[in-house]
Amino acid sequence: MHAIEADTRPPDQAADVSLHIVAFCCHYCAYAAADLAGALRMQCPPTVRVVKLPCTGKVDVLLLLGALEHGADGVMVAGCLEGDCHYQRGNLHARQRVERVQKLLEQVGLEPERVRMFNMSSGMGQRWAEAVTEMDAQIGALGPSPLRPMASDGLESLTDDTDTTTHDGVDACVGACSSRATSSASPGRPGP
Amino acid sequence: MIIGEQKPLDEIKGLLGDGQKVLVVGCGTCVTVCFAGGEREADVLASLLRMSTKLDGASREVADVTVQRQCEWEYLDAIEERVAEADVVLSLGCGIGVQALAEHFDKAVVIPGLNTTFMGLPTEQGVWEERCAACGQCVLGVTGGICPIARCAKQLLNGPCGGSSDGKCEIDPELDCAWQLIYDKLSAQGRLDALLEITPPKDWTTSRDGGPRKIVRDDLKEPAPAQADS
Amino acid sequence: MNGSDGHKSDSNLERVLRSGTFAVTAELGPPKNADAEVIRHKAELLSGLVDAANVTDNQTAIVRMSSIGAATLALQSGLEPVTQMTCRDRNRLAIQSDLLGAYALGLRNLLCLTGDHQSFGNHPQAKNVHDLDSVQLVQMVAGLRDEHRFQNGEEIEGVEPRFFVGAAENPFGDPFEWRPLRLAKKARAGADFIQTQMIYNVPRFREFMKRVVDLGTHEETFILAGVGPLKTPGAAKYMRDKVPGMDVPDEIVERMEAAGKDIEDKKERSAAWRAAGIRICVDIIGEMQQIEGVAGVHIMAIEWEKAVRPILEGAGLPPRSEVVHAAVGVGAGP
Repeated sequence: MHAIEADTRPPDQAADVSLHIVAFCCHYCAYAAADLAGALRMQCPPTVRVVKLPCTGKVDVLLLLGALEHGADGVMVAGCLEGDCHYQRGNLHARQRVERVQKLLEQVGLEPERVRMFNMSSGMGQRWAEAVTEMDAQIGALGPSPLRPMASDGLESLTDDTDTTTHDGVDACVGACSSRATSSASPGRPGP
Repeated sequence: MIIGEQKPLDEIKGLLGDGQKVLVVGCGTCVTVCFAGGEREADVLASLLRMSTKLDGASREVADVTVQRQCEWEYLDAIEERVAEADVVLSLGCGIGVQALAEHFDKAVVIPGLNTTFMGLPTEQGVWEERCAACGQCVLGVTGGICPIARCAKQLLNGPCGGSSDGKCEIDPELDCAWQLIYDKLSAQGRLDALLEITPPKDWTTSRDGGPRKIVRDDLKEPAPAQADS
Repeated sequence: MNGSDGHKSDSNLERVLRSGTFAVTAELGPPKNADAEVIRHKAELLSGLVDAANVTDNQTAIVRMSSIGAATLALQSGLEPVTQMTCRDRNRLAIQSDLLGAYALGLRNLLCLTGDHQSFGNHPQAKNVHDLDSVQLVQMVAGLRDEHRFQNGEEIEGVEPRFFVGAAENPFGDPFEWRPLRLAKKARAGADFIQTQMIYNVPRFREFMKRVVDLGTHEETFILAGVGPLKTPGAAKYMRDKVPGMDVPDEIVERMEAAGKDIEDKKERSAAWRAAGIRICVDIIGEMQQIEGVAGVHIMAIEWEKAVRPILEGAGLPPRSEVVHAAVGVGAGP
């Protein structure tokens, strides 16, 4: 499946191809819309990397922060139109989490506009193209994220062009999530 | 359960000081269910601190680990090495958890990431309200199951006061008047007579006013080794 | 022990009430400073006009000169005070200790209150005490007098404080149907007199008093109806909309507004409003005198002590000097 058409605009209008924008798309609507946009040969900037999820309800705060922490310049969450979520309210939870992340970014000192939620139906190929164009322009104006990993960071960079369309988008996402130093220690202990 | 709220990020950063290796410690019990300091919150805070460190141009490593409960020594034993490696331990446990870490790990510099606020329950998803003041002498049997110490702003035992209006407390129009609730409950159960009795002054010795409290259960303590046969 | 005339204390207010005379009390608000002159001046305005005047205790949780201090100054100026004591700021030790001192200074009337929450006042960060509530306080103070025992049961050796004990009740607080029963509870706890919150809704108060009389409580305790002159329609609206537990009917607001209608000059309009406020108060007092179980009125002319004289004159209540009035000096014994 063609997800995104290559940018064939003349060089002086070309998008800044070094930007990395991650788009978490739900299978039922946004991903289908993106696919439709591709099939209809709509112009889309190549800066957006799609990660397919069953539902945007699967997006949680940590996923969004993880993407940004590891240098994504922008993060889109694209789901069904409100009221039409295949899983009832997944997209509503996603919106709450996107808003929460925006507030957290303010506290941290990163522009909250780097994370945005979009809603569309599966037939809205045009809307997908508009959304990615809008996001690309917005991130372009903000510039690359100050959190971009440097060579010395030892973290995987985002120049990898691996096709990220899998059903379990989480692990494929930017590849750096596995470097989170998190573990649970629950030795368990019988009570008295 | 115990309810807490995370301190603002700026305050936490201030408390971290010059610590270069930070270990955020989450807790899997009360603060998990009030979404203040569980594993997920610890992960999020660690990520925010790493991002913030980088944006501030500082250098600081932040890792996190979560234990089932910070308030029991055995669960803390499991993270002894992680604690030893850190300069600063940022506990997302309640005040008890913070102190447990500090008591159990002598050399550790432990700071709180939460403000522990009250004992209560989620009345609806995302909303927690205070219910118990740990006064040590529960009177819920005579007040229809509604606590006047925790839920009345003036801790009245012969309430309500004159400021009760439309079932709300004078200090906050969104706050239910505990005595209105008690009245309604006892009234519905045909037990209003209880309110005609004059409740005498409370013995506050069993509450925090009497000093820090302690309970000892000899039947539960580790039994002493048997005496050698003489 | 009580006097042979059935009096529990040396209080002039008690004397007036037991004589069957319609009693009049007022309020004297202490200043937010340490100036004794303020008290003397206010006491002069009220002395001879009223049977006693309440001296408030950090009202609305704003720090003012203490009730006991101000009441003593008032007493020295020839006005019988009703000392007020809230549960918000003092525990049982401080209260009993203060009462021993207050009695030794010659104070004889005590109004026991819960107290407005400190979040209303100017020191909202304070720790609130509420060791006791108002019912327990009434019981404790009556116990000091009638059983000569401290709250802990220990006997008082020597002079015990013998206060004429009062409590407050809000007839319009919620739950409405519970209020008469709560008043009865305070009477049973030992309240000799009750002063109510300001009344503007007379029919509703009549309903309340009917239930009180049905319970027989009016014979166990003297009930003084709270009244207060309004200064402006704005004040009436504020009380109607913003003060919990106050019931101000729209017609009262309308009467105030009508009084100032079409008067351009600010000073004249203000005077017209004040005159209306006093008239309304006078009318309400007139109604109170007709209600069974009401033994007197408590006039709360907040920061307007000068209004008390015209109100009493309008209501036809004689100056107190013509009524039973025994001067109580400093250091009077039991």
